[in-house]
Formats: sequence, structure tokens, C-alpha cells
Amino acid sequence: MESFQYDLPARPCVALPVRAELWGVVSSGNLEVLVETGPPPDQCRFQVETSAHGFSEVWQAVLEDFVTRHAVGGLSFSIHDAGATPAVVSLRLEQAMQSLKAP
Amino acid sequence: MNATGPSRLWNHEARRRTARLTRCAAFLRGKEVAAADMVPFLEAVLEPGDRVCLEGNNQKQADFLAAALADCSAQRVHDLHLVQSVLALPEHMTLFEKGIARRLDFSFAGPQAHHLARLVQDRAIEIGAIHTYLELFGRYFIDLTPQVCLIAAQAADAAGNLYLGPNTEDTPAIVEATAFKSGIVIAQVNELRDALPRVDVPADWVDCFVVAPRPHHIEPLFTRDPAHITEIQVLMAMMAIKGIYAAYGVERLNHGIGYDTAAIELLLPTYGAELGLKGRVARHWALNPHPTLIPAIEAGFVERVHSFGSEVGMEAYVAARPDVFFTGPDGSLRSNRAFCQMAGLYACDLFIGSTLQMDLDGNSSTATLGRITGFGGAPNMGSDARGRRHASAAWLQAGREKCGGGPPVRGQKLVVQVVETWREPHHPTFVERLDAWQLQEDMGLALPPIMIHGDDVSHVVTEEGVANLLLCRTPEERSQAIRGVAGYTPVGRARDRRFVENLRDRGIIRRPEDLGIDVRQATRDLLAARTIKDLVRISDGLYQPPKQFRNW
Repeated sequence: MESFQYDLPARPCVALPVRAELWGVVSSGNLEVLVETGPPPDQCRFQVETSAHGFSEVWQAVLEDFVTRHAVGGLSFSIHDAGATPAVVSLRLEQAMQSLKAP
Repeated sequence: MNATGPSRLWNHEARRRTARLTRCAAFLRGKEVAAADMVPFLEAVLEPGDRVCLEGNNQKQADFLAAALADCSAQRVHDLHLVQSVLALPEHMTLFEKGIARRLDFSFAGPQAHHLARLVQDRAIEIGAIHTYLELFGRYFIDLTPQVCLIAAQAADAAGNLYLGPNTEDTPAIVEATAFKSGIVIAQVNELRDALPRVDVPADWVDCFVVAPRPHHIEPLFTRDPAHITEIQVLMAMMAIKGIYAAYGVERLNHGIGYDTAAIELLLPTYGAELGLKGRVARHWALNPHPTLIPAIEAGFVERVHSFGSEVGMEAYVAARPDVFFTGPDGSLRSNRAFCQMAGLYACDLFIGSTLQMDLDGNSSTATLGRITGFGGAPNMGSDARGRRHASAAWLQAGREKCGGGPPVRGQKLVVQVVETWREPHHPTFVERLDAWQLQEDMGLALPPIMIHGDDVSHVVTEEGVANLLLCRTPEERSQAIRGVAGYTPVGRARDRRFVENLRDRGIIRRPEDLGIDVRQATRDLLAARTIKDLVRISDGLYQPPKQFRNW
């Protein structure tokens, strides 16, 4: 298991959610994302626990694209990866965002 | 005046045939050979250097005859030239290790891919060529006609008529070529019956048959358990249905094997119906009876299916749906690989399948280092036939896109590759250079084993989006379009971002949001069946899955 924390600059999230949002189920090749409030409004925090080694560069690319696409400043994403591919990571993050925008 | 003179013989082949039958006459009771006599019988019939088709399909195997041939003395039977579509059994490899066979022309070697590569490197085997099914069948009638064929049938009657059962597969092509060129047709059958349900091969094309001690092996190659379909595959299936099936109005099609296409089959009755596509897309199919097609058939999406072979467990379901499938008067499926391949090549407007590797020209291959898999039907199904053909709306629309808006003089088949950008951690699907090139060097092949050529591919679907290669005007646009859907693979990350955004503005790349797809819908709940048991229930108990797919 590897753990990383990334704090990336981000555009502030306009309507901060009041409740924690949990998407996804941990199982083989799957992944879980928990979205919470917390960091300063111009920062987005990612707490990543992954079982695939040697992928920190790919993780960083996935997360940088994500903060470019969405105004997620002030949010914290806890990601528990069960050996998921970057495809699953991106899908889960998008699903979490869509759900925050239009619950 | 005839220059060859009156004494020239024109029936060498027929005389040779008579000699073979005379040599083995002692073993025949009518046309039946006892299973215990099979080895000496084959030693009597065969001659060194014979071209032999030992029927191996991707499903049905003449396994008893394969074992008997492998037990023959290499002193008596040697240097055979095998001409058959599939090498699947360990006995097929034994033939080369013992020197019984020396040369091979084939299509597909999935289960023996490693073993075959080793034999080639050890020079224990000469490979003529790796063919598509249609090519090999074609060569049966031109320069690779079998002198002896060893085939598998369901049942024989005493006269030697054969009933092939639902898994006809290659048999008609093999028998036609052998029987009508003075060859010897030998069949293993599962049972001897007084009356056959129907006659698929008439007795006067069959020289002898043997009742095998065990029914021939059939591999349930086309069964995909919906339980293993991932949400990424659901997302890609949504993009394929909305971005391609609906966009082109694809009515006639073929699917490759795999979870990616199984997901599409299971999304037609849910997502497809939600988009109002019933009766507008996916009506006519060239496809084996995939269990995952059951929900779309039951929902009335699928109107007609012609099949290459059958699928274990689907017999009763197929027999109960004769409006959909091609069946005989006895009710059972009549499949035919040669005809179905022809249908896929000339009568379908779309092929969609998956691959293990794709390069920046869109070339794809399932051959990876140390394995010679061959390809089977994909290179024909996944290609534009080029020659003149009838027009259809989907074919014309694709042709218009390819020629850039002017009046099309020809259309274009839609050839779609659906792949996840990473097969697993450390194995990206998108690569700068296919393993196929290395394999060509290692194996001394004339051509790299590319399965589908990039210039035939019209669309690439990944979890990141759909790339429409028909609209690309330069090699650079094409490679950036592929990079633009290659995700976080090294190939994908090396994209020119502005170039890719420009391709997106022009509709060459479309992301899920560009297609109006809500990614929250991409969950397994969207599948019309989520387990094998669901398929059984939806089929009203008619689908009877083989043991390895039952977990209840």
C-alpha cells in the first residue's frame, strides 16, 4: 500500500456541499471516493491510498486534470484505490462531481 | 491433334483415392471403423506428405481423431501438412513434436500460442501462413485442398449420412473441398442413430466414420459472465451506442468476443431503449448465439441472427426462437462459419471489437511477445471490403465523412475498436510500437502479425471518449486523435493538448459530456442482466449454462 497527499491550487467551489458524499464500492479493480469540505477555498486536497506501486506520476496527472476541469477549491477527496486503473479513478471523480453539482 | 497423346491419364487423384480405400478396406464394416482400430486405420489411409485437415474449430474439436493421429507411428505417417483453422489441443502440438506433421497453414492458435511460438523458434514446425478463416477456406479450393480430412459430427446413420448438430462451424467448407477433389472424408461422431434429425452431409461425401468413445469437445468460447463487466465497460458501451450506433443508424452488425461488446449487448434493452433506438439499430446480426444477447432478443431489439457456430447451453433457447435464428426443420441451429464470415464482410455495416495493443496509426494486434495467436475472423470482420457493394445509410454516411463532404463514390464500413486505455497496471493498450514488429523479427515472418489495419479503423472508443478517424485529414490529426483518447498512458500523456482541443471542437474527439452522457448512469445497474442467473431467468429457463458458469 502506498499513500500520497496532494494539495493542488484550485478554483473555489461556489456551492460547498454540506454533507459528505460517498461514491463507489471498494472491491477488486474498483475504488472508493469520499468528498468532504475542509481545505482553504483556493486549495483542493487529495488523500490517496493505492495498492499499485510506481504510479505517483500518473496519479498526479489524473488529479491535475481534474482540478483544471472542475472548481473544487475548498474540497478534500479521500481516495481508496483497490488496484484501480486511472480510468476508474477518473470515472469515480467525475461521478462524485456530477453528483455534487446536481444531487 | 491432341499433343499429350491418347495414353495420358487424367485421374491420378481418383486412383490414389481408390488405393487408399483398398488399403483400409479390412477395417471397414460398411462405412464404420471401430474406435479401437483407428490408429492402424489412419496409418493405412495416410501417405507421407499428405495435406490433412484435422478439424479444429474455435469451438468444436475432432479430438478423438487428433489423439489417434498423434498415436500413429512416425515411421509410417510423417511430414504431413496440416491445413486447419484452429490449433487448440495439446495433441496438435504432439504431431509436430513427433514429426508426424511438419508444415502448418492455420488461422488461430489461442490456447497453444506459447507452445507454437516455441516450436517455431526450435524449427520443429514450418508455418506456411497465418490466415483469416475466409482466406484459409478460400485456399481449400485453390492450392491447399486437403487430401484427407478428419472431421467431427454429432451423429451418423448406418449409411454414413452425418448430422452436424448446432455447431456446424467449418465442416461444410472442409468436406466440400475434400470430397469433390478425390479426397478421403473421415468423421468422428458422438452417436450412431437409426434416423438422423436432419442430414447435413450426405453419405456419398463421407468415406468412413467412427463412433468416438466420448462426445467431441466443444469450448463455450462466447459466454461472458455479466458479473465481470466493469463500470468502465458500461461507460464505453454507452458511448458506442449513442456516439456510433445511434449516430449512424447501424442496423446490421457483428460484435467481437469480450466483455466490452457484451456490455453493449446488455445495454441495448436499457440505455438503447431509453434513447429510443429499438427498431432503429442493431436489428440484424452476424453473431454466435451469445448468452448476453438474450435480453436484447427478448426485448425485441434483435430481429435476426446468423451464426458461425453455436454456444454451449444455448441449444434449447435457439430452438425456441426460430424467427431469430437459422434453424433446420428439426429445430436445431444451423451455423456455418464460411457463410457467416462472408455475411460479416459484405452484408454488415459495423464491426466492433477489442484488442490488446494499438499504435498511433490505429494498427492493432492481439499478438504479444512469445505468443503466436493468429486471428481467426477479426481481420475480415474488422475490415472494409473495398470492392463494390450495395449502399446503406450507415455505410454512405461513413463514406461521406471519409471523403470530406464531396459526393461519395463509395461508402465505408464502420470498424470500431473499443478498448480501455490500460489493460491492467503496467500494461497500457496504447503503445508507440506494437509487439507485433518484434514478433515478426523473432519468428522470421513475412509480415508483422497485425490483426486490424489502422486504415480500416473508423472509430476508437475508450473511457476517455470516441475518436472518429474518418474525419482526420492528415497523419498528424490521426495520431493526435488516438493520443486524445489514450488516457493517462504514456502515449496519451504525450498528446499536444491544444491540438486535441481543436480536434474536439471539430467533433473528431467526443468526450462523454460532448455526447450528452451523464457519467453517473455508468453503473452496473444499467446492465439488463448482471449475472448468468439473470440470463437464465430472462430466457425463461431455456438457457442452460455449462457447469463452470453456474455458481448457484
